Amino acid sequence: MTTPVLSVRDLTVSFPSEAGRVDAVRGVSFDVAPGRTLGIVGESGSGKSVTSLAVMGLLDENARIGGSVTFDGEELLGKSDTQMSKIRGNGLAMIFQDPLTSLTPVFTVGDQIVEALTIHNSRMSRRAAWDRAVELLKLVGIPRPQERVRSFPHEFSGGMRQRVVIAIAMANNPKLIIADEPTTALDVTIQAQILDLIGTAQRETGAAVMMITHDMGVVANIADDVIVMYAGRAIEQAGVDTLFADTRMPYSIGLLGAIPRVDKAEKQPLVPIKGSPPLLVDLPDACPFAARCPIAVDACLAAEPQLLAVEGAVDHRAACIRAEEIRAGLIDGEPVYPIPEIPTSSLEQLPREDRKPTLEVENLTKTFPLTKGAFRKRKIGEVRAVKGVSFDIREGETMAIVGESGSGKTTTLLQIMDFAPQADGDIRIVGTSVTDIKGGRAERQLRRDVQIVFQDPVGSLDPRMTVFDVIAEPLRTVATPTAEIGPRVDELMDLVGLDPAHSDRFPAAFSGGQRQRIGIARALATNPRLVVLDEPVSALDVSVQAGVINLLDELKVRLGLSYLFVAHDLSVVRHIADRVAVMYLGGFVEHGDVDAVFDDPQHPYTRALLSAIPIPDPVKERTREHIVLTGDLPSPTDEISGCPFVTRCPLYQTLDPEQQIRCESEVPLLTGRPGVHVNACHYR
Amino acid sequence: MATESFPLADATSDPLVGGGDTPPVEPGPGERKRLTKWQLYSRRFVRNRPAVAGIVIFVLLVAFALVGPLFAKYDHVELDFLALSDPPNPDHWFGTNNAGNDLYAMVVVGLQRSLLIAVVVATGTTILSAVIGTAAAYFGGRIERFALFVIHFLMVAPTFLLLAMMSNDSGGDWKVIALVLILVSWFFQARTIWTLSLSLREREYVHAARYMGVPGMRIVLRHLIPNIGSLLVINFTLGVVGAVMAETGLSFLGFGVKLPDVSLGSLIGIGASSMSSAPWMFYFPAAALTLLTVSMALVADGLRDALDPTSAAGGRA
Repeated sequence: MTTPVLSVRDLTVSFPSEAGRVDAVRGVSFDVAPGRTLGIVGESGSGKSVTSLAVMGLLDENARIGGSVTFDGEELLGKSDTQMSKIRGNGLAMIFQDPLTSLTPVFTVGDQIVEALTIHNSRMSRRAAWDRAVELLKLVGIPRPQERVRSFPHEFSGGMRQRVVIAIAMANNPKLIIADEPTTALDVTIQAQILDLIGTAQRETGAAVMMITHDMGVVANIADDVIVMYAGRAIEQAGVDTLFADTRMPYSIGLLGAIPRVDKAEKQPLVPIKGSPPLLVDLPDACPFAARCPIAVDACLAAEPQLLAVEGAVDHRAACIRAEEIRAGLIDGEPVYPIPEIPTSSLEQLPREDRKPTLEVENLTKTFPLTKGAFRKRKIGEVRAVKGVSFDIREGETMAIVGESGSGKTTTLLQIMDFAPQADGDIRIVGTSVTDIKGGRAERQLRRDVQIVFQDPVGSLDPRMTVFDVIAEPLRTVATPTAEIGPRVDELMDLVGLDPAHSDRFPAAFSGGQRQRIGIARALATNPRLVVLDEPVSALDVSVQAGVINLLDELKVRLGLSYLFVAHDLSVVRHIADRVAVMYLGGFVEHGDVDAVFDDPQHPYTRALLSAIPIPDPVKERTREHIVLTGDLPSPTDEISGCPFVTRCPLYQTLDPEQQIRCESEVPLLTGRPGVHVNACHYR
Repeated sequence: MATESFPLADATSDPLVGGGDTPPVEPGPGERKRLTKWQLYSRRFVRNRPAVAGIVIFVLLVAFALVGPLFAKYDHVELDFLALSDPPNPDHWFGTNNAGNDLYAMVVVGLQRSLLIAVVVATGTTILSAVIGTAAAYFGGRIERFALFVIHFLMVAPTFLLLAMMSNDSGGDWKVIALVLILVSWFFQARTIWTLSLSLREREYVHAARYMGVPGMRIVLRHLIPNIGSLLVINFTLGVVGAVMAETGLSFLGFGVKLPDVSLGSLIGIGASSMSSAPWMFYFPAAALTLLTVSMALVADGLRDALDPTSAAGGRA
C-alpha cells in the first residue's frame, strides 16, 4: 500500500457556545491515498465541513482542535497561520461551495491565478505565470482562454467561475484537493461538467481528492472510498461499491432509502428517517442515532458504538452493534425501515379528461425591460423571461416544471401568484380568469383557492410570530370567526404531523423539516384547490426531505389537491409528479406524462438533463452514458431566431448542414401526441 | 467546565449554534429555545459592564426625578429672600440663585421636564420613522417617491432654525417643543429604516403574506415593523439622548422651555451666565444632564451589541 497523502487520526473539534461546548467533530480517523478520491457524506451539522476546515487550518480561533492531521509526513495541527499559508494553496488546495463568493470581484481571473502561482513560487516570472494561467484556463475548459484571462469574475457564469476556482486549486500541482460541496450551488448539467473536470484535475496533477457532499449520487459518481458521518463521527467507512451494495449502519441505509431515484418508475413511498440529528452539546455515552433508529435495542443506549471492522471485510467498518445482523439493508429478512403506506386517490381512476381543471395557463409571457441611463431611463432591450407558456392542471394532479436556474420557471410561478393579467393569453384559476378580478375583496376570494409553499423553510416564516399566528394568518385574512381559528389551527398542525401543543412556540424552535411542515399547514389553512410549491424540499436534508415528500403525496390524496411544483431536482419530480414540463430559456421544450417523458425523453435537452443526474448506485453510474452538455445557458436578452438550444445541442452537431439551417432559422413548436407527450425539436 | 477555557463566543455568529438549522433536542425544544433567546440577550447585555452601569445610573436618575420632590424643602418657584445666591448648604442642598429659588427643587423639576420631553420625542420619532420608513419600502412606487422626497428635503432644510422659531412663538410650552422636536428628527431614522426594509420586503414570509391576500398596511405592521424591533429599541434609546441634547440646546439658547417652567437646558443656560460668581448654578444641572445622556448612550451601546441586527440573518434578531 502506498503511503497516504493525508492521514487524520482521532480528530476532535469543539466550539464554545452560549448553550455549552459544541463537539462538532468527535474522533474521526481516515487516510487519503494519492490519486484516490475520498467522499465524506453526511447531513448538515454532521461535522463534515468542519473536518475539512480543520485539515486546512481555517477554523476560527475559538475552536479547540485535538488529535492529529499529518499531511505529506508533516503534522499540521499546531502550525501557525503563517506556516499553514505556505502549505495551503501549494500542496493542499481547496474548492469551496459557492463560486460566486470565492473569487475576488475586483481582480481579473488572470491576476488571481497568477497570485496563486507566484505567492508560492517567487522565482516564477510574471510572464511565465501568465502563460501558465492561460494554460490552466484552457485545461479547465474555458473557451478562448487568451482573452478570458483578462476578464473579471462577474463576466463569468457560476459554472465558469467554479472552473476558474478549480484552475486556481490546480495551479501549484497540489497533492490533495479538498472540495467542499463543489457542485451544490450549480445546476445538474453544470454539475456533471464540474464533476468531470475534478476527475480531469485529479488525473493531471495526480492529486488525492477529499470530496465533501450531502449527495449520495455525487459520491457514487466520483468517490473510491466513502465515509458516512453522523453527529460528528464516522459511522460507516468502506469502498464505494461495498458501501452501496452491503450497507451495514442503519443511518446509511436510511440515507440511501430516502433518496428519490430518477431511474425508478414505480411509485413507492420514500422511507424517511424520523426525528432530527441531536444537538452536539453534552452528548450522552450512547449511540447518537438510537433515537431515530428503527431497530434500536437497549444495548444501543449503553455505550457509544465504536467504528469496528465488519466481519469478513478488510476495509469495511461500521459503528453499529447490530452491524453483523444487517445484510444489504435487511435484518432478519425484513427491511430495516418499514415502508410507510400512502393511500391512493379515487380521483386517479377517473381519466384525466373528465377531471375539472384547477389551473389553466394560456400563452403566459413575461418580459422585463432593460434600461440604461441614470436620469432618463432609456429602454435598450428586454429580457424575455417567459415566452408563451401554456398548460393546464386537473383536479388531484401534480404538474412539475423543471429547468435550470434562469430558465424562467420561478417567474412563471410568480406570474400566476401575482394574478398578472396577460395581454395575449389568460390565467384561469378554478374557472375564474385573473382579468376579471377587480378590487381587493375579489382577489382575496380567489386567493383562498391558490396558496404557495416556499423553498426556504427559514425565510418563509416570520421569526417574530408564534406558529399559531403563522398558521392563523390566512384564516384571519379571510375573516374566519375567532372561535373557529383555534380548532382549525390544531387540526392543520395535526394534519401535517406536528403536535398541536407546540403551537405557542416560535419558528426558531423547530427544525428545517418541521418548519416546512408549518409552511404547508399555512398553505392548507384556507382549503385551497391548488397549492403552488416552489422547490419545497431543495433546502432540506435528504432524510427529512423524504418525510415532506410523503406528506405532500398523502395530502394530495386526502384533500384532493392539485400541485404546481417547481423544481430543479428531477429525481424528486419523477417521484411526485403526474405530468412534467421541461423548461429551457423561457419556453417548454418537452411536456407530457411523467413516465412518458422520463422513460422516453425526446428532446436532446431533456436527455442531457436526465443523464446528468448522478444515480446513487456506483455500478450503474459507471456504466451509464453521460451526455455532458457544453457551455452555459445563452443570455435571455439575445434575440434568438431559431431553436434556443442550438448553441448546446448535441444532436445539432450530428445533423447535415441543411438540417442545421432549419434549427437556426425556424422556432420549433411543441409537437407529438397532444396532452400526452409533446416536444419542441424539429428532428425528434 | 471546559467551556470556561474559551472566550465566550458570539452565539449568533456560531454556525453550529446560532444558525437557523440547529435541530432542537426532543423533548421540549420550545421552552428551551425561547428561554435561551431572552437569557441570551440579557446575558450578552450584562456582559457589557458600562451598559449595566448606564442602566443603573438611568434608573437612579428617574428615581431621583420621581421621589426627589418629596424631600424638597422648597417649591421651585418659591423665592427665599433670605438666601440669595447662596452656595450649597444644609437648608438649600444645591444652593440658590440670585432670586432665591432653591436649586435642588429646580433641578428635580428640570430633570422631570427634560425626561418627559425626551421620552415623548423618542417615542414619537420611533413610531413615525418606523411606519413611514417601512411603508415607503413596502408599497414602493408613488408612496415611496413622495416619502423619500420629504425625507430628503428635510435633510437639507435648516430644521434647527425652524425649530427655534416655532418653539419661540409658542412661548416655551414644552408640549409644542416636543411636537416640533418630533417633526424635525424623525427623518434620518426613517431613511435608515427604509433601506433596511427594502431587503425585508423581499423576504419570503412577506411574499407569503401577500399571496394570502393580507392587506398592505397590515403586512407593514405585523411583519415588517416587528422584524426591525431591535433597531427600533436602539433608535429609541439613542433618540432619548438626541432629544435631551436638542431640548437642552434650545433652552440654553433661550428658545426652549421658559420660566417659570424649567428644564435642565434652561438651568444650564442661566447657570452659565453666573459661572464665576455662583458656579454651583451651572454644575448641578450640568451633572444631571451629563449623567442622563451618558447613561442612555451606554445603554444604547450595550443594546446594540446584545441585539446586533445582523443576527437577524439566522432568522431571529
